[in-house]
Amino acid sequence: MSTVFIALQANEDTRPIIDAIVLDNPECTVNRQPAMVKIDAQGKLTVRRETIEEQLGRPFDLQELQVNLITLSGNVDEDEDSLTLCWNS
Amino acid sequence: MDMKVAKKKLALKEKYKLLTRDLGWEPSYQKKDDIYPYIKYEGIKIHDWDKWEDPFRLTMDSYWKYQAEKERKFYAIIDAHAQNNGHLNITDARYLSALKIFLQAISPGEYAAGKGFARTGREFPGVGTQVACQMQSIDEIRHAQTQIHALSNYNKFYNGFHAFADARDRMWYCTLPRSFFDDAMSSGPFEFMIAIGFSFEYVLTNLLFVPFMSGAAYNGDMATVTFGFSAQSDEARHMTLGLECIKFMLEQDPDNLPIVQNWIDKWFWRGFRLLGVVGTMMDYMLPKRVMSWREAFEIYGIENGGALFNDLARYGIRPPRGWDDAGKALDHMSHQFMLALYQYNFGTAFHTDIPTEEDMAWLDKKYPTTFNKYYRPRWEHIRKLKEAGTPYKNMGLAKLCQTCQIPTVFTEPDDPTQLTIREVDYKGDKYHFCSEGCQHIFENEPEKYIQAVLPMPQLFQAPLSGDLVAWMNWVGLQNGKDNGDYFGSEDQKNFDAWRDLATRNV
Repeated sequence: MSTVFIALQANEDTRPIIDAIVLDNPECTVNRQPAMVKIDAQGKLTVRRETIEEQLGRPFDLQELQVNLITLSGNVDEDEDSLTLCWNS
Repeated sequence: MDMKVAKKKLALKEKYKLLTRDLGWEPSYQKKDDIYPYIKYEGIKIHDWDKWEDPFRLTMDSYWKYQAEKERKFYAIIDAHAQNNGHLNITDARYLSALKIFLQAISPGEYAAGKGFARTGREFPGVGTQVACQMQSIDEIRHAQTQIHALSNYNKFYNGFHAFADARDRMWYCTLPRSFFDDAMSSGPFEFMIAIGFSFEYVLTNLLFVPFMSGAAYNGDMATVTFGFSAQSDEARHMTLGLECIKFMLEQDPDNLPIVQNWIDKWFWRGFRLLGVVGTMMDYMLPKRVMSWREAFEIYGIENGGALFNDLARYGIRPPRGWDDAGKALDHMSHQFMLALYQYNFGTAFHTDIPTEEDMAWLDKKYPTTFNKYYRPRWEHIRKLKEAGTPYKNMGLAKLCQTCQIPTVFTEPDDPTQLTIREVDYKGDKYHFCSEGCQHIFENEPEKYIQAVLPMPQLFQAPLSGDLVAWMNWVGLQNGKDNGDYFGSEDQKNFDAWRDLATRNV
């Protein structure tokens, strides 16, 4: 199984987003590096809007992720409710 | 950030469809082949352009909104950096060499990519692809501009930043990225997508932006972290465009596979050689290092690239041809490249120096099988020569690889004591190569590469006619200021004096 990942800038905007990703993907690994946080998962990672909204306490448009996104790996699929990264192999 | 979320009127997929597909039309009074004249000659067969979809489903209205937000964040920090003497907060002025290389060699590449994507955005018939390429074109121009703007703060205080535009065209180590982008831009639109969209963005830019920018954060350079991560947030979209385009080509027709594989082979090797310069920045130029080039390549090259090629195996794609040679070069390339940069440092618009004892201990820890065995003795010998007052400067001119334009300083994949020398005779002339990979690329398209402009022949031609002083003027290099060793340089003296003043009242 290959690793997918998403890396976000380490800042106040992303703190609740990272918490939400960990809640939705309990098996993931969170690597805190200077100025960035890289989250690895085996095969698949899902970012869910609802969980982010619960953590954030306000409505959230998933495309806002673009502002603090550093990089990602895996095939992407996004709609208004979730962003999924996966490798098919 | 506290953005208002507009009441949802349209689902994302529906909005994407309306703002891309539905803006296209079938031409009625011009032939499609006349409107898109470059789409067939590379041999790629596309049957249905509508099958291509941007998985982020980003539409132009959202694009402008989020890009504007990124710019606001960027300029808030750039202003703070300038207002708070941010240039004195970096760990050490040695660090500036990495920024000078970035500005001279990498930012112009961003601009070139902007031109390239503007062209592919026009040449691809698919509407979804056109929109994604146009967004990427604007992104790349933004990257070049924000990088130049951020680094202009350093140009107020330090040498080596002032002539980056001339350096881009004329400086010997800058023709390396220039030839890379010119090669891509003079290819057809599909090859350009594989070159920049796939090989460069997907497989290699993580190495450039992620660990290097994290390194900038470690070295107190707020300005660079900001432009780096701001640019990288666009790269996630670019990587996805590259990956979608390659999957699209492979799904459209089985005949596309060998063509695409050949391009992957070529552009992986070209990109690997190009990013070797980032290896020298990470291993030698950051006073405080976050990870070695090797460690970064393990994460972003081997692990991530490996996952990608496993995923693409279902289409019949195999890892690029130079993959194994790249793996073997990892423990050597940054050291060999850095030794080359140092011995020619009379001709670089950035400073280099002999690594300190502490630096060498770190390099040994990160490269336990190679550094002490092959590279420490050379640096120690060079240090001895410098201490004896006879510093080692290679005043000869480097033999350049006809393909990647790097001096032929690399060794055989299986024997690090044997310099790689490859030659090809073509139409009565002799061409040199740094590796089997670069020779192979030349042999596939000799008529293209014999036209390459190489910096060494430029020096010997009129009006320079071999005059080194005239050459320095021509490339914008101020002798004694921009070039040479870091220790003892004007940059070092100024930085130390200003930093000292910043903490005292005199």
